[in-house]
Amino acid sequence: MQFTRRDTLAMGAGAAVATLVPFQAFAGANEDEMAAFANGAEITDGGVELTAPEIAENGNTVPISVSAPGAVSILILATGNPQPRVVEFGFGPLAGSQSASTRCRLAGTQDVVALAKMADGSIKRATSTVKVTIGGCGG
Amino acid sequence: MAENVKPRVRVPRSASAGEAFEIKTLISHKMESGQRKDSDGNRIPRSIINHFSCDFNGENVMTAILEGAISTNPYFQFDAVIQESGTFTFTWLDDDGSEYTDSKDITVG
Repeated sequence: MQFTRRDTLAMGAGAAVATLVPFQAFAGANEDEMAAFANGAEITDGGVELTAPEIAENGNTVPISVSAPGAVSILILATGNPQPRVVEFGFGPLAGSQSASTRCRLAGTQDVVALAKMADGSIKRATSTVKVTIGGCGG
Repeated sequence: MAENVKPRVRVPRSASAGEAFEIKTLISHKMESGQRKDSDGNRIPRSIINHFSCDFNGENVMTAILEGAISTNPYFQFDAVIQESGTFTFTWLDDDGSEYTDSKDITVG
């Protein structure tokens, strides 16, 4: 079988698309979750504190805590997980502070994002990169 | 997986009115994420606690919507502030429809 110049170019383009598509689909899930939570509001950085370890030896239990004074709810996303949503906290009238801690699973080294919805509807974001030695999704 | 589910909650026995204090909760649960496969390569269906809430005398302190990415034995730590004595109630909702509850009394003084 002979490759013409045109065939080669077409194959190259096809391969490039094939490698890009899954990645974009992945990023899309994160964008969708953020947009759904933001509900049209603009996302700005700052105003949220996300505490996560720099290196997590075991991705099965990664301690994370968030704090966002004045928030009504906080969404945590693990951008590198098969399903990005981790937990959504809602704070009632008796909450002593708009902060909470929990433990989550991370599939691998990735960015963890915290989005806080303020009382006025604006959205604040904080991002933290966690290096994971052993993944926590039982791949 | 609704067996051996045991909620544990730590609340101070007393607090001063208007001052925030810490609450810690832990509940034993497998939290099967729905991502794992068994030895035959079949996906193990998701079975997690999907909702947690803490209330005090009927008023909400905090809620959490849990997903598969929450670790085995879900743990939460958060702050509450109260004005009078009363009872904290903690509720966990399981994917299989079960509800687990715990309550703790606290006195203000």
